[in-house]
Amino acid sequence: MGLALTELIDKLGFEIKVGGDLNKIVEGCYISDLLSDVMARSNEHELWITLQTHPNIVAVSVIKGLPAIVLSNGRSPEPATAAKAAEEHVVILSSSKTTFEIAGLLYNLLKS
Amino acid sequence: MTTKTSKPIEGSFQLFEGDFTNAGKASTELRNVLKGLAVADDAVRRAGVAAFEAEMNVIIHGVAGTLHYAVSDGELNITITDMGPGIKDINLAMQEGYSTAPAWVRELGWGAGMGLPNIQKNSDKFKIDTVVGEGTTLQITIFI
Repeated sequence: MGLALTELIDKLGFEIKVGGDLNKIVEGCYISDLLSDVMARSNEHELWITLQTHPNIVAVSVIKGLPAIVLSNGRSPEPATAAKAAEEHVVILSSSKTTFEIAGLLYNLLKS
Repeated sequence: MTTKTSKPIEGSFQLFEGDFTNAGKASTELRNVLKGLAVADDAVRRAGVAAFEAEMNVIIHGVAGTLHYAVSDGELNITITDMGPGIKDINLAMQEGYSTAPAWVRELGWGAGMGLPNIQKNSDKFKIDTVVGEGTTLQITIFI
């Protein structure tokens, strides 16, 4: 079972850095800072949690059709990344929490 | 999906080493073309990953090159040609984790040694022609 992005934003306290379609369903997450690894192993309906903030993350998200990118440890997208994301309708969220905490909270929410 | 077209739908993009700003542009545009043709989502995703990895290889190693695509009769053919250094050992390059990318490229999260393996995994047919000192041509076919 999955949850809509909008519900996760509310429950996990994500900050919306770049908005878009917040009705997409999330069923899990993939965690990696290696872009080819995300292209190889992430699945549709998975949030992508990363520390990478440069513009190439947008194209990876588009190609894989991911519901949103979550930047952990309070990171923000580079201005060029935010501009590209807005153009491509890619949602970018930010959290002050660590990757571990975000994944743990998401796991509990989705399993409950 | 079976595409029956008398004329292939085709296009091409120029790629330049170091042009990380435009990385993914060719692949996302190709994705839009395929979506417009109502190609199945899975094939669109596989094409996107294969094209993006091939694009990155040119941007990381290839000096300059082109990505050409053609859609006709149930298949997508992508040809990526570059004027880069060529691949010395294809078996090694096909091994996941092997990379010759410089450290600064790895810091961006590229250069994990997954490019060619990812292309192979997402292609229905895949061929590499390479000459050391002259360049590399990849031919990718995806059934759509």
